[in-house]
Amino acid sequence: MAIFITILQRVFYAVMLLIAVLVLNFSMLHLAPGDIADTIAQASGGADAEVLEQIRKDYGLDQPFIVQLGQYIGKVLSFDLGHSFFYNQPVTSLIFEKVPATLLLVITAQIFALIVGVLLGVFSARNPNGLLSHFVTFTALFGYAAPVFWTGILLLITFSLNIQMFPSGGMVDVTVEGGFFTHAWDLFKHMVLPVFTLSTIFLALYSRLCRASMMEVLGSDFIRTAKAKGLSENQIVYKHALKNSLSPVVTLAGIQFSAVVSGAVLVEAVFSWPGLGSLALQSIIARDTPTILGILFFSALVVIVGNLITDMILRLIDPRVGSKG
Amino acid sequence: MAPLLKVENLRIELTTRDGIAPVIDDLSLELNAGETLSFVGESGCGKSMTALAIMGLLPEKVGRIASGTIMFGGEDLSKASDARLREIRGNDISMIFQEPMTSLNPVYTIGEQISEVLRRHQNLGKTAAWSKAIELLDAVRIPNPNGRISDYPHQMSGGQRQRVMIAIALACQPKILIADEPTTALDVTVQAQIFDLLRDLGRETGTATILITHDMGAVAEMAERMIVMYAGRKAEDGPVDQIIEHPRHPYTKGLISCVPHLVATLTDERPELTEVRGIVPSLRDFGRDTCLFASRCNLADDKCRSKRPPEVHFKGQQNSACWHAEQL
Amino acid sequence: MSEQQDFIERARSPFSEAFEMFRKNHAAMAGLFVLVLIVVGGIVGPYLYVGDPFEMVWAPTTPPGEEGYLLGTDYLGRDMVSMLIYGARVSITIGLSAALLTVFIGITVGALAGFYKGWIEEVLMRITEFFQVLPTLLFSMVIVALFGASLPMITLAIGLVSWPAVARITRSEFLRIRELEYVTAARASGVSNLKLIFKVILPNALPPIIVQAALMVGSAILFEAGLSFLGLTDPNIISWGQIIGSNRPYILDASYTVTIPGVAIFVTVLAISLVGDGLNDALNPKLRQR
Repeated sequence: MAIFITILQRVFYAVMLLIAVLVLNFSMLHLAPGDIADTIAQASGGADAEVLEQIRKDYGLDQPFIVQLGQYIGKVLSFDLGHSFFYNQPVTSLIFEKVPATLLLVITAQIFALIVGVLLGVFSARNPNGLLSHFVTFTALFGYAAPVFWTGILLLITFSLNIQMFPSGGMVDVTVEGGFFTHAWDLFKHMVLPVFTLSTIFLALYSRLCRASMMEVLGSDFIRTAKAKGLSENQIVYKHALKNSLSPVVTLAGIQFSAVVSGAVLVEAVFSWPGLGSLALQSIIARDTPTILGILFFSALVVIVGNLITDMILRLIDPRVGSKG
Repeated sequence: MAPLLKVENLRIELTTRDGIAPVIDDLSLELNAGETLSFVGESGCGKSMTALAIMGLLPEKVGRIASGTIMFGGEDLSKASDARLREIRGNDISMIFQEPMTSLNPVYTIGEQISEVLRRHQNLGKTAAWSKAIELLDAVRIPNPNGRISDYPHQMSGGQRQRVMIAIALACQPKILIADEPTTALDVTVQAQIFDLLRDLGRETGTATILITHDMGAVAEMAERMIVMYAGRKAEDGPVDQIIEHPRHPYTKGLISCVPHLVATLTDERPELTEVRGIVPSLRDFGRDTCLFASRCNLADDKCRSKRPPEVHFKGQQNSACWHAEQL
Repeated sequence: MSEQQDFIERARSPFSEAFEMFRKNHAAMAGLFVLVLIVVGGIVGPYLYVGDPFEMVWAPTTPPGEEGYLLGTDYLGRDMVSMLIYGARVSITIGLSAALLTVFIGITVGALAGFYKGWIEEVLMRITEFFQVLPTLLFSMVIVALFGASLPMITLAIGLVSWPAVARITRSEFLRIRELEYVTAARASGVSNLKLIFKVILPNALPPIIVQAALMVGSAILFEAGLSFLGLTDPNIISWGQIIGSNRPYILDASYTVTIPGVAIFVTVLAISLVGDGLNDALNPKLRQR
């Protein structure tokens, strides 16, 4: 019951955050030079002042700020993010078309980074002066300093142009024919480079943190208890130490969620991945403001949901989270 | 009857920044089945090191057994393989520690932590181990064991957590239980309860106990025999009553006079309450061929400062390593 | 008054010991050396190496070393060396000014939240959380898209999305330090809140903030590079990320045009993070005692 209330509180808080994003969106739109009327007028090849006035009236732009804001929030809450004049489509359907690709990229990269990062962290913590430990230190430095789009291009040059192991971009090859597994294999080949590129930064972060927390946990009193019980080395490391050292890593993964989405924008640009990031870039170039703001809203939603999930996982790992005392 | 555990000429060396220091220097002891033996001394005198050596848990790469034997059931534990030591730990010899607040794994239920040791050593299945764990929780006098078994450590008080540690330690009915300062971190009222529990359970199961403490009061209450340790060496050993009545080492004397009620009840007179002056020598000086207590002793003379005192034997199996033992 | 002065003086911790420790850290010193080299190169480079980075000097995509062009020419036949030197100016300028802005906003928000606590802290921390929910790059893309891609706007965008980390650190330091005895003593002797914040608590809260600020310079450079790689930058300036972005379609013929500027970013940010790690070790009192 208590857990139910906590979840409800978190969801309520998440909704408040989303409304705040909408207020920000709308304020930026209001502050920016030019308005929708100008955009429409531009798209239709120019219009005189009278027509502009009419458009403003049609779209309620002559109303006071607060009224417009209320209308805007009301519309978004009924899943209407406006109309894209560039694509001539509702923004919502545009976004829903692109969301699966971005989610696939972001979630796979995040999971890959977590699994490999934790494994690297655990192995190197068991041998702090070993080769692997130095490797973790090195990748941590490299992962932070290398621009993700540059890493992507280097991988592209090496593994797609020089050694033609992987396709150079896109998500599927339309010429591929066959059953489910042929298509799955095709998708997998397209995913390898983007996912790996995106995960390098986070892999570096997670492995370094996991090594540090693992080393701390391995020195704690309850590990001594586990040894005194006569447990094997593997039971001590993988059962007793690992679960404890995971909490900080999962917390960090939650904090990094918005950074992963940001990184995905660059990775999508490098590998022509047909996701939200590519859509954002195209709509910025096309000055398609409703779409841009819709994407910002939606990506914030992705981050908020990601944080909620992280929070739940954290509760599963560590029973002390959320309980007093 | 052969002793349960026989330690002979044990020497443990610790690698420090200033070189190698003998934290345990030529220690011999015997522990008989069912008895309670107490190690007494200030912190840093090597009590815990001895316990860890018996458990095979000396800190890796830092501490090692340099010489001596630890005979347990015809087997020398100082030479046993890691795999063999893991079979013994938690099963034949188990240990509880000073810090109940941090000695339990925070992310597993106490039921899991108790039944784990049963599954490891007693080949019990999941459900059998779980119901045994509930019994054990009852045995360590935790009310409502059926409900508390699924609690996490952070939902329990320090005293309760130490009871859980005792349940884990006694789960496989070990022959030896090593209790390293089991009550130091607890409230005074809880301390007495834990000691009662340890004594009662020890009697019921016939487990021999090594009680490591700096609390002479606890020793008088719990133990039959005691070993007084100073700077890694045995200062004095023998039956508890006899030593309290007539200590043969100035250090023991100092320790006893630190506890007023102990002296008052046993001798019905109140000598001046004193403390043991000065501090324990640094690890650097541990190997010296002198009496290490000399710097703090008002009986010390040139002999004490130039030669390590041999063990002097008294009637009733009391031994003292002091040049002036006879005069005391 | 003199008593107050005394408290304020005592609150200032000496940094000389930390400086000694930093000097003994080889990696950090190497990083600092590289950084100085890049900064000096960016400042005096244009005077030593005469060349307009926008001018077409030779045939497009001339490989490095040929025809006397050390790093070759890009797809428009521009000299890569000139471009890199000008790019360094932009990267360093944006890195420093954005980091400065980040630290300014972060310290203000964090200090107010940590010092006043109560509802002020609650409101400020909710705002901080709100900014952490927005994917930083997308948010700054939107700002640049709506308000124009001038250098000041890019700097503002980076500063606006990066400050929450600094605010969190500042707040937790303030929460810790405000309970310390010398702060209570200073407060009891009637030091004003403003002085307490800026002259008593802030100097002692600085070490972790300085480390974070150093890392912020690196992130800001990466950030700018990302934005200009996407083409969301002032078309009249040259930056490292922009060189990579504009040459990207030609990697089949001239991969060096994206590799070399990338190395420049990588080396700069690596140097900054080595300096940051060095500062962290030097300023962390727990490590210093070892």
